[in-house]
Amino acid sequence: MKRLLRWLLWLVVLGRSLRRPPPEGPDERIVESGPARPRAELGVVALLLASAGAGVLAVVAYGLDWSTQAFGGALAAALVLFAAALVVAAKTFIPDEQLDDEYPPVAHPDEQGELAQLVRESGDRITRKRLLGGAVGIAGGALGAALVVPAVSLGPVFDTSQLNESPWRRGVGLLDDKGRPWRADDIEDGTFYTALPAGADPKAIGSPVILVRIDPSQLELPAGRERWAPEGILAYSKICTHAGCAVALYRNPLFDETEPGRALVCPCHYSTFDPRTGGTVLFGPAGRPLPQLPLMIGADRRLVAAGDFSGPPGPAWWGVRNP
Amino acid sequence: MKHDPIKDPVAFIDERASAAPLLRKALRYLFPDHWSFLLGEVALYAFIVLVATGTFLALFFEPSLSDTVYRGSYEPLRDATMSHAYKSAVELSFDVRAGLLMRQTHHWAADIFVAAIVIHLLRVFFTGAFRRPRELTYLVGLTMLIVALLEGYLGYSMVDDLLSGMGLAIGYAVALSLPFVGGNLGLLIWGAPYPGDPSFESRMFIAHVFIFPAIIATLMAVHLGLVALRHHTQFRRSDPRASERRIVGVPLFPGQTPRSLGLLLATAALLFGLGALVQINPIWLWGPYETYLGTNGAQPDWYLGWLIGGLRLVPGFDVTIGDATIVPNPFWGGALFPLVVFAMLGLWPWIERRLTGDRRPHNVLDRPRDAPLRTGFGLGFLTWVVLVFFAGSSDRLFVFLGISYTAQIWFWRFAVWVIPLVVGFITVRACRALQRVEEVEAIRERAEEEPVPLPDAAGTPAPRAGS
Repeated sequence: MKRLLRWLLWLVVLGRSLRRPPPEGPDERIVESGPARPRAELGVVALLLASAGAGVLAVVAYGLDWSTQAFGGALAAALVLFAAALVVAAKTFIPDEQLDDEYPPVAHPDEQGELAQLVRESGDRITRKRLLGGAVGIAGGALGAALVVPAVSLGPVFDTSQLNESPWRRGVGLLDDKGRPWRADDIEDGTFYTALPAGADPKAIGSPVILVRIDPSQLELPAGRERWAPEGILAYSKICTHAGCAVALYRNPLFDETEPGRALVCPCHYSTFDPRTGGTVLFGPAGRPLPQLPLMIGADRRLVAAGDFSGPPGPAWWGVRNP
Repeated sequence: MKHDPIKDPVAFIDERASAAPLLRKALRYLFPDHWSFLLGEVALYAFIVLVATGTFLALFFEPSLSDTVYRGSYEPLRDATMSHAYKSAVELSFDVRAGLLMRQTHHWAADIFVAAIVIHLLRVFFTGAFRRPRELTYLVGLTMLIVALLEGYLGYSMVDDLLSGMGLAIGYAVALSLPFVGGNLGLLIWGAPYPGDPSFESRMFIAHVFIFPAIIATLMAVHLGLVALRHHTQFRRSDPRASERRIVGVPLFPGQTPRSLGLLLATAALLFGLGALVQINPIWLWGPYETYLGTNGAQPDWYLGWLIGGLRLVPGFDVTIGDATIVPNPFWGGALFPLVVFAMLGLWPWIERRLTGDRRPHNVLDRPRDAPLRTGFGLGFLTWVVLVFFAGSSDRLFVFLGISYTAQIWFWRFAVWVIPLVVGFITVRACRALQRVEEVEAIRERAEEEPVPLPDAAGTPAPRAGS
């Protein structure tokens, strides 16, 4: 009888294990199970193959030097098709279980205490704490200074006098960007010209000047500059006193309703300067006038500087002196 | 022994790195499921594209300002004298196969990298994700944004075309404008008065291809490490398991992995697609830079537009004492304005804590309406910066619509202060109204579940049934 029961029990167990195949590996699943999605798998395969096709096309486009658009477009297509395959997989047969987990505790008071204790006990053989701390501070500071000081080699940090240097002196000739001298008769009313100093670096900030011609009867230059504009030819630094861009716009001709006066305009932040009154600021953020260069007409009617600028050329800095 | 293609490599790694417990935990790190949590990932993937395309570019770019003559295939510039830097960038665009694609993709990736960071920052700000215990994560992210702006500026500045020269001149003027140290700082960075020592180009190059990317990568690692150690924040939702103490989300593996890789590939596809099909910064049209050259309608990359606006809006004055300049004009718009913006953003977690008295740690995010003060301030502040940005495009509006530039600037000089206040005020009111609507809804729902007897004529509420 007992044997029979044992047999029956064995049969039941066997039957169950036959109905459900034994799980492989651990008894319990870690990742949530779900239905198979064979059609989605085929879709993902199709996307991956399309991506491969686009990739091959990109290689061909590169090899045959088709165009930026063809190569880049094929590359982008290969990338986006691969991305689509991944997204479809994520949305269909990759498990997307929502799990929960504990947030880490805001604080670990025991460990915090131990850390503080550890640091404190490590230093409890020191009797002159402040003296030692001060010495470490001094040594650290000095070492830091010694390590950082080579950075001063980067530039002439303390020689700020060169920041607004100007190459213009009495007698320096005005040249165009090809190195030909400007003559008084080249300068016509209604447009502007760029001039550079003879024998100086044309890239330097103090070098370029802007030339315009205005009927002398319209000029209202500051006192002392009466002779700076022979025949109405005026020269101003071409570098804006606001942010150092080239003053590359000349407002002329004029429209009485909206733009009543001529102006030199910087295209970066639209600082607007009046060439009739010595470069004073009409509008915009510039804080000081464009420096004016006194001119004279030399031999052969060439334009020549009659001195240096009326003020420091270039953008302002904290040491700029305005006469 | 039977080979197991999965277990064998796992065993190999574990037995050498002792990493199985860590990996077991890492693979089940939870990502709360919300689209806005992918914005930071987009930034990360744009950065990967930047490093990849940038490495390609660096193999061809010659960071030197010495003069040479262009003899490449672009006719209009043939025989022009230009720097090696500009010449190599033009040659890279026309004579190196795939060069133009890489250059344009790099530029687009930079624009979208910063855009993704900014939108991510807005999400973090308006949901209060920066609150305790994540202030440090927030500050590291903010620092990354600042470094990313400088990195982008250096990137288009070192090409030495006309636009980069104009941008550098402005950068130089802003550096010079810092009170008391500006002159010295400018000379230190540029090595000589503008346009600077020839070595300045090498300095920009090493900063752009090594120093700043290394800083960004390091900060990124710290940022992600801090996120993971504290776990993600999560939105309040219907899942009953989610709370301040428990996080609900999709595990890194398998659920999040294909999504994240898909996003990486989709971001790369977008950037390469833009690089292939949409022209950006056609440097060959600008021509080489000289100090005395400028062009009208020059605009920087979008992420510096707010600084152009700031520089243009300030009325024309330098702070002087007698004849000595103390604070030159570019300081206000170019240095103080960004300083105020980043200082306000950086200090906000502590300002808000002071204002609300809420010092508790938070893992569950607010909706914007849940914190009217923060949302009102944030929207007003954002409006301020965006309006200054728009003011920077007044010249374009003048060209396209004919509205007087001077009138526009005068309008914005006042409007950028007034409109943000109005926006902030309306926002606070709107948030409070939305909160009240929800309270009323909640009362109605409760009433429908359990009818409450109306108060009697004297106004004293009738006792609730069953209480």
